[in-house]
Amino acid sequence: MSEILKHGPLVVFGATAVGGAIAVVLTQNVVRMAFWLILSLGAMAGLFFSLNADFVGTAQLLIYVGGTLVLLIFGVMLTASGPFVSIKSSAGDLVKSGVAGGLLLTLILITACQVHWESTPAYDEVGVMSAGYNATADGNTTRPLGHAFLGARPDKDLGRPPTDHLSPGYLLPFEIVSVHLLVVLVGAAYLARAKKRKA
Amino acid sequence: MQPVGLNVYLMIAGILFVCGVVCMATKRNAIGVLMGVELVLNGANLNFVAFARYTKLGLDGQVISLFVIVLAAAEAAIALAIALNFYNNHLTIDVDRADELHG
Amino acid sequence: MRWEYGEIHTEMAGMNVFLADGGIAEYLVRHWEYRQGTALAIAALIHAVLIIHFFAVAPLVFIWLERKVAGRIQDRLGPTRVGGKFGWLQTLADGIKLIQKEDLCPQAADRMLFRLSPYLVFVASFAAFIVLPWSDGWIAQNLDVGIFFMLAVMSLEVMGVILAGYSSGSKWALFGGMREAAQVVSYEIPMAICALVPVTVLGTLNMVEIGWAQSGFLTNWMIFHDPFCFIAFFVYFTVATASVKRAPFDLAEAESELVAGFHTEYSGIRWSYFFMAEYGSMFAVSGIATALFLGGWQTGIGIEEAILIPLRGWGENFLFKGFTVGNYIANLVGCVVFISKGCLLVIVQMWVRWTLPRLRIDQVMAACLKYLLPISCFLFLGVTVWPLILYEASSAMSATPRTTLGRPLGEKGHSPEPRGRTSDGKKTSSVPGQEARS
Repeated sequence: MSEILKHGPLVVFGATAVGGAIAVVLTQNVVRMAFWLILSLGAMAGLFFSLNADFVGTAQLLIYVGGTLVLLIFGVMLTASGPFVSIKSSAGDLVKSGVAGGLLLTLILITACQVHWESTPAYDEVGVMSAGYNATADGNTTRPLGHAFLGARPDKDLGRPPTDHLSPGYLLPFEIVSVHLLVVLVGAAYLARAKKRKA
Repeated sequence: MQPVGLNVYLMIAGILFVCGVVCMATKRNAIGVLMGVELVLNGANLNFVAFARYTKLGLDGQVISLFVIVLAAAEAAIALAIALNFYNNHLTIDVDRADELHG
Repeated sequence: MRWEYGEIHTEMAGMNVFLADGGIAEYLVRHWEYRQGTALAIAALIHAVLIIHFFAVAPLVFIWLERKVAGRIQDRLGPTRVGGKFGWLQTLADGIKLIQKEDLCPQAADRMLFRLSPYLVFVASFAAFIVLPWSDGWIAQNLDVGIFFMLAVMSLEVMGVILAGYSSGSKWALFGGMREAAQVVSYEIPMAICALVPVTVLGTLNMVEIGWAQSGFLTNWMIFHDPFCFIAFFVYFTVATASVKRAPFDLAEAESELVAGFHTEYSGIRWSYFFMAEYGSMFAVSGIATALFLGGWQTGIGIEEAILIPLRGWGENFLFKGFTVGNYIANLVGCVVFISKGCLLVIVQMWVRWTLPRLRIDQVMAACLKYLLPISCFLFLGVTVWPLILYEASSAMSATPRTTLGRPLGEKGHSPEPRGRTSDGKKTSSVPGQEARS
C-alpha cells in the first residue's frame, strides 16, 4: 500500500500523459484533440515536478499549457469553416502509420530498456554534493537555473579545483533565444495580419 | 518492486514521441499536425529532464528543456500564422489541399 | 530542523506538488511512525481538505457580501430575510437551489467538453491555492517557484472558459469564450511583469521568503519600498481584476450584449462551479497582491518581534506529541491577518464592480496593450535601476569614494531566518502539530 501511494503521482501523471497522447491520435474532432493535449501536457508538467524540475514544470504550465495551447485553440476557432470541424483521416493512412508507429515504438522501448542506466552515476551522487551545494535536490532549481542562464555554473564548478576550466553557461543561447522569440513574434504578426481573401 | 528509475520516464517519453509522429503523419488538419509536433517536443523534453535527474547531465538537461519550451512556443506562433494564411487562401485547413506545386 | 529520513527525503522530493513534503508527512513519520507513502497521502489529503473548505466557504461569504455591497452602493438593503436580519444564509439557499436545478446540456453542444470544462476552470482556480502562504508555515506546498507557479496555474483557467464557450454550440457562448481568450491572454503579460517588480527587489519567488522579507513595521511592506513598487501595486490590481474577468472588464459574460457570455448554456451545479472558481480566483489574485505588496501575513504594526516570535515554542507537546500551542497561536494570528487583507482587496474589487460601467471590448484590449503593458514594462525597468539611482544619490550626497557598485538587487534585508526553512533552503511546510521539532 505504502509503495503504491509513494509512486502514486508518477503512475497518475504518466498514465494521463500517455492516455492523453493516444487520445490525441485517435480523436478526429480537433477541439477534442486540443482538450486531450491539455491533459497530456498538464500531466507532463506533473512528471517534471516528480523529476525535481519545479521550474521547468511551472514553465511548462505557463508557456505550453497556458500559452501555446490557448494559441492552438484560437487557431482552431479562426480556421473552422463550420461548428465542431473534423477532417477525417483515411483508414488506410491510420493503419499504415499505426504499423509504422508500432514498429518505431518497439524500437525505442527496446533501446531504452537495453541500456543499464543504473550504471551511470546519478547527478545527486557526483561532484558538487561534496561541496555542500545541494540546491537542486529538492527541486529548488530557480537560482541554479538563473545562474546557468547568466553564464555561471556553481552547480558544476563549486567542488572542483580552481585550476580547472569553468563549465560553460548559457548566456549567449539565452540572448539568442530571446531575440529569436521577438523576431518570430513580429514575423507571425506580419504573416497573420488580415488580408483580402483571394477565393 | 524495482525502484522507479529512468526507464519508466523513457518509456513514457517514447510513447509520447511515437504518438506525436503518428499524429503528424495521419492528421489532415494543419492544427492537428501542429499538435503532433507538440507531442514530439514534449517527449524529447521529458527525456532531457529525466536524464537531468538520473544521470550526470545535471542542470543542463533542464536548461535545454526550457529552451525547447520557448522554441516550441515560437514554432507554434509561426505555424499558426502559416495555417491562418493557408486558410485565408484556400478556405480550408486540410493540408492535403496544399497541392498547387504538385506538378 | 533537518530532515533525518534520507530515504523519504529523496523519494519525496519527487512528488512535491500534489503530495506535501515535509510538514504533515514528516510529522506523521516521525511522531506516529506511519509508512512514508501513507504519510504523504494523508498529508496531501489534509491540505486538500483544508483548502477545499476555504474554497467552498469563501464564495458563500463573498457572494453574500457582493449582494450587500451592491445593495449599499445602489442605496438598497440587499438580502435581508434568509437567516435573520442580514440575510446571512442567502447564498446557502441559492446553493441548494442550484443543486436541485436540472443539469441541462444543449443539443448542439459537444457533450463531453461541455460537461468537463467547468471542472477544468475549477481545478485551475483551486490549484492556485497550493502555494498561497496563509501564515509562516501554513502553506500547502512551499515551492521555490511559488509565485511563478501561482501565475502559471491561474493562466490555465482560461482554457476551461474557452472550451466551455466553444463546446456550448451557441454563438453567444462562442463570442464570450473568444473575448475571454483574447482578454486574459493579453492581461496575463502585464500581470506577470507587475508581479516581477517586487520579486526583482526581493530576489526570490518563494512565497514564505517574500512574506518574511516584509516583516516588521508597515513601511517594510513592498508597496512602500520604492515608487515603482507603489505604482506596480495599483497596476497589478487593475490587471488582476481584468484577468479574473471582474467588472469593469467582464466582457466575457457581458450580459447586455452576450446574454451571459461563455456560461449562457450552463445551469445548475455546473454553472455554480464557474462562480466558485471566479470567487476563488478573486481571492487568489488578492492573495498574490497581499503576499507580494501588502506584507503577507505580517500585521504591519510590529507585533511579530515583540509578541508572536517569542510566543513560538511555548507550550510544547501540549495535547499530543509535537503540538506546540505558541506556534499555533502565532500562525493563527498570521492566518487571520492574511485572510483579512485578502478579503479587503476582494471588497475593493466588488466596490469597483458596482461603481464603474463596463468597458467596450476594444477599450479593454487597448487599455492592456497600449497603456498597462508599457507602464508595467517601465516599472520593471525602473525597479531594476532603482538601487543604482539610490546609490548615485547617496554617494553624491556623502561624497565618499566610490569603491563598489551598489548593493545587488536583492538588497532588501531579510529578517531572521524564517522558521520552517532550513539553512540550505530545504522546503518544508508545517501544520500546527509538527513544529515542536524545530
